[in-house]
Amino acid sequence: MAMPQLTQSRRRFLTDTARMAGGCAVAGLGLAYVARDARALPADALRPPGALAEDDFLSACIRCGLCVRDCPFDTLMLADLGADGPATGTPYFTARDVPCEMCDDIPCVAACPTGALDPSLEDIDDARMGTAVLVDQENCLNFDGLRCDVCYRVCPSIDKAITLEASHDKRSGHHAIFAPTVHADHCTGCGLCEKSCVLPESAIKVLPVRLARGASADHYRRGWEEKEKHGAPLVDGLIDLPDRLPGPGTDNLAAPGGFEPSFKIPGSGQ
Amino acid sequence: MSANTHASVGFEALEAKGWLGSRRYLLLRRSSQLFFLMLFLTGPLFGLWIAKGTLAGSLTLDVLPLNDPFVALQSVFAGHWPSAVALIGALIVLAAYLFVGGRVYCSWVCPINPVTDAAHWLHRRLDLPKGWQPKRSARLWVLATVLAVSFGTGTIAWETVNPITIVHRALVFGLGTAWIIVAAVFLFDLFVSRRGWCGHVCPVGAFYGLIGKTALLRVSAAKRSACDNCMDCYAVCPEMQVISLALKGAPGSSPIILAGDCTNCGACIDVCAQNVFAFTHRFDESVVEPPLKSAPEQSAANMMHKE
Repeated sequence: MAMPQLTQSRRRFLTDTARMAGGCAVAGLGLAYVARDARALPADALRPPGALAEDDFLSACIRCGLCVRDCPFDTLMLADLGADGPATGTPYFTARDVPCEMCDDIPCVAACPTGALDPSLEDIDDARMGTAVLVDQENCLNFDGLRCDVCYRVCPSIDKAITLEASHDKRSGHHAIFAPTVHADHCTGCGLCEKSCVLPESAIKVLPVRLARGASADHYRRGWEEKEKHGAPLVDGLIDLPDRLPGPGTDNLAAPGGFEPSFKIPGSGQ
Repeated sequence: MSANTHASVGFEALEAKGWLGSRRYLLLRRSSQLFFLMLFLTGPLFGLWIAKGTLAGSLTLDVLPLNDPFVALQSVFAGHWPSAVALIGALIVLAAYLFVGGRVYCSWVCPINPVTDAAHWLHRRLDLPKGWQPKRSARLWVLATVLAVSFGTGTIAWETVNPITIVHRALVFGLGTAWIIVAAVFLFDLFVSRRGWCGHVCPVGAFYGLIGKTALLRVSAAKRSACDNCMDCYAVCPEMQVISLALKGAPGSSPIILAGDCTNCGACIDVCAQNVFAFTHRFDESVVEPPLKSAPEQSAANMMHKE
């Protein structure tokens, strides 16, 4: 009598367990899909200063909104539900709407209870919320030869993060182009340049670093940098051959006739 | 029980204790839910900042950090060790609920509770079938699944779908889309599964239920001898499985509702015309002795008293 009952209860236990496990596997896969899908941060959504890399950020951010509350410029927002936005409830800002004003005391980082915004960020100039890229030279007024310069003027790290690089304006033939040029080493990604661009659609945009930048291979060495570091040529006994520099006798355009060697082979007759 | 209780739940209590007396804890709970919401809302509404943040993590009066321990646990599973502030905040919350009962969060604080209570009210009104009723242990499975998904994806997984924080955040930060979540939970509880979300699915409640196993604040069926088997308490209790052991236990057994599932909502206290139930501490084993009259006489006397 005991045996059939035992097997029946065992059978029941096993089917119940299998049912629960199966249901949870399906629900869990669905949840995992949603959770992973949320990791695709849109390119125009920037994280607050000090935010960990997106993968780490989503393991740390509890979406409490304390950074948003302590942002004095109402730059930061919490993401609403929706398929295309940043992960639900996480903080972000859109540079073209309200850029980051780069507070010296970084209140958003101070407010974060979990470390999702890295407390080791003490100097706002070290923040890397993204990198500005002049995405559209064809519409940038400076590339048309005008002196708009607005992005350069508003940059909190003027002359470091954005410089104006003068070059010859080939179109007019006798003007200069002052090209706004971003130097990623100094750009915090605050977005003031993108916000201030006078065009209807900004020609300069802050992109996530992964989109804005390439990466040099680990084994690449720039000879001139290595030489400076070393204080001397890296290889002894290199012969320094004459360089073709612009100037009389060496510039075919300025003085046609070809390159004249600075030395003559003895006994060559000339 | 169903046909009987469906027809008449709460009428005896209303008669015996009056409108207010039979809704004391319900009104207290609604006030409490509003109170905890207003702590967060006075800032954005009136510029008076009491609690900043949301239920997932907050800072009260700029000194007291409070963090949801379940969110912190998921964060650990996802591979991030929260910094000291969050850990202290989580420990404070944990300690508080170890004291008052974990699921006090569910019935006295959670903003989804009014939604599921409303769904249940309408469910009774429309006399709908109870629908899909997975085992109570299902939510523990969901809890384990959430932790596994947090571990697997490296995200605080439940926060991508958690109706509690989504709704709370929407209310406090003025986001628009959360009504979809409210509607989904309401419809789920109304048509798919009676008391389904809070009672069978929600892993947050499951987590707080585990915390509540050793809670000091408990409901006792101290006057269980006065029970006239009207079954109203079973009808109103969101976790009716917790009642029997205390109410119908053998003489000498504990009258305390010790199950972690009990949300300390006090609905049984409100609905009982015989005042069988009362809040007390978990070590209060006192039972009001049955009167000298034998049980059948007692209930007969009750019946006569009512008529």
